[in-house]
Amino acid sequence: MKLLRPLLVLALLIGAWELYVDLGGADPLILPAPHEVAKALYTDRSLLWSNFLVSAEEVLLGIAVAAIAAFALATTIHFFYTLRQSIYPLLIASQTLPIPIVAPLLVLWLGFGIAPKLVVIALVSFFPIVVTTLAGFAAVDPDLIKLMRTFDAPRSRIFRHVELPSALPGVLTGTKIAVVVAVIGAVFAEQAGSSSGLGYLFQQSLAQILTPRAYAAVVILSAFAIALFALLTLAERLAVPWAYRKDPR
Amino acid sequence: MPAKGATELTVRAPLVDGGGGVWVDSVARSFGQLCALEGLSLRVAPHEVVAVVGPSGCGKTTLLELICGLQNPDAGTVRADPAALMPQRDLLLPWLSALDNAGLALRARGAARTQARARAAPWFERFGLEGFEDTRPAQLSGGMRQRVSFLRSLLSGKPVLALDEPFASLDAITRLQMQGWLSEVLAREPRTVVLVTHDVEEAVVLGDRVVVLSPRPGRAVADIEVELTRPRHRTDPDVVALRERALEALGVGA
Repeated sequence: MKLLRPLLVLALLIGAWELYVDLGGADPLILPAPHEVAKALYTDRSLLWSNFLVSAEEVLLGIAVAAIAAFALATTIHFFYTLRQSIYPLLIASQTLPIPIVAPLLVLWLGFGIAPKLVVIALVSFFPIVVTTLAGFAAVDPDLIKLMRTFDAPRSRIFRHVELPSALPGVLTGTKIAVVVAVIGAVFAEQAGSSSGLGYLFQQSLAQILTPRAYAAVVILSAFAIALFALLTLAERLAVPWAYRKDPR
Repeated sequence: MPAKGATELTVRAPLVDGGGGVWVDSVARSFGQLCALEGLSLRVAPHEVVAVVGPSGCGKTTLLELICGLQNPDAGTVRADPAALMPQRDLLLPWLSALDNAGLALRARGAARTQARARAAPWFERFGLEGFEDTRPAQLSGGMRQRVSFLRSLLSGKPVLALDEPFASLDAITRLQMQGWLSEVLAREPRTVVLVTHDVEEAVVLGDRVVVLSPRPGRAVADIEVELTRPRHRTDPDVVALRERALEALGVGA
């Protein structure tokens, strides 16, 4: 069973953490033992769940916005090659924006609703999707394009029949990378100005020295990211089986 | 015959008969410092199968791309009826079934999927592919993939087929089978064929004529008529003799 080994590693890590705290290695107020976190997961479950729903909505919508924007941008860059040189530096620059500083400004600008969260999440997660989608376009065999041209295919049909399907695996791979950072983006966005969500709950719990609850929020965020990653891996296997490889990426 | 001159440099026009002729006259093509073709002339009559052999890098693929209109010559004239390329690698789309791959040329010109599949389907039996319509290329054997690829080019409806070492990537046994198969198909479905190969034997077995190209820059150094009945066998004394002639023209004869 391929789940066995990661679960074993996880159990070992949790065991070591438990031992470390129990033996007095850290103040439980700063680093609560795993069983305290587990307890918080259970007792605060309805609080965690309602805040999880808020964060999950932000992440899912943010990823969707990022994927659509990234795909549109990559396609545009692909069609207008000169754009590549002019836009690419800006894309890289967008990744150097210090999100914890920019997020509060976005909240001032866009308000306390979901809009600034989507912007932050999309901002941190669209870049990997652009890069992998462009890689997908670039990986199209030039001989295949020539072949389509001898079949009198116009540019639009070369795109539809050859380039678009070739780029799809790249979109999925990029989205897989993006979901992980999207969760971080959601936390930053919520801390910048929000009254709900796991990132908000994390901050509130720390302020009230309810560290087990704060850690519980982190556990849920991690589990969510892992679940999304696994879901996208499954989507890859089903939607683009020709590109799916069994080795982990 | 058009005079060579500035206005003729990139002339590409269908031949008058429209039946699938190819006329390449004194063509030169360079890529930077690299001179691929120089002073190459080649005529292919409608429904003629011309095999072009030559050493690696003598501009064989360039010649096919000129015929297909994918490149323009630096000098000289290329006149050819519409030609479809069949690349060396099968280049089947991994996300499409064999049937959808075979219909790709029709889709390229705007046919609906059902229409393209309906046009391609009857050929599967003739090509020994029945039962594999919905199989993905990855599950097909090398010979089957090549047959799907050939069918795809055939269904483009172009009178000229430009075959670029179509069997080079196959194992020796499959290659022999595919040569026999192609010979049969062309007997039933005559097309003008320019077959580029580095396999002299394949050239003699399949071609009505064998044109031998020199090393780079490529130009025709021999034009051998193959007036033998089909099917030809590689062990026929006549085939062997012609093969030796071609090898001699290549400078590697016994």
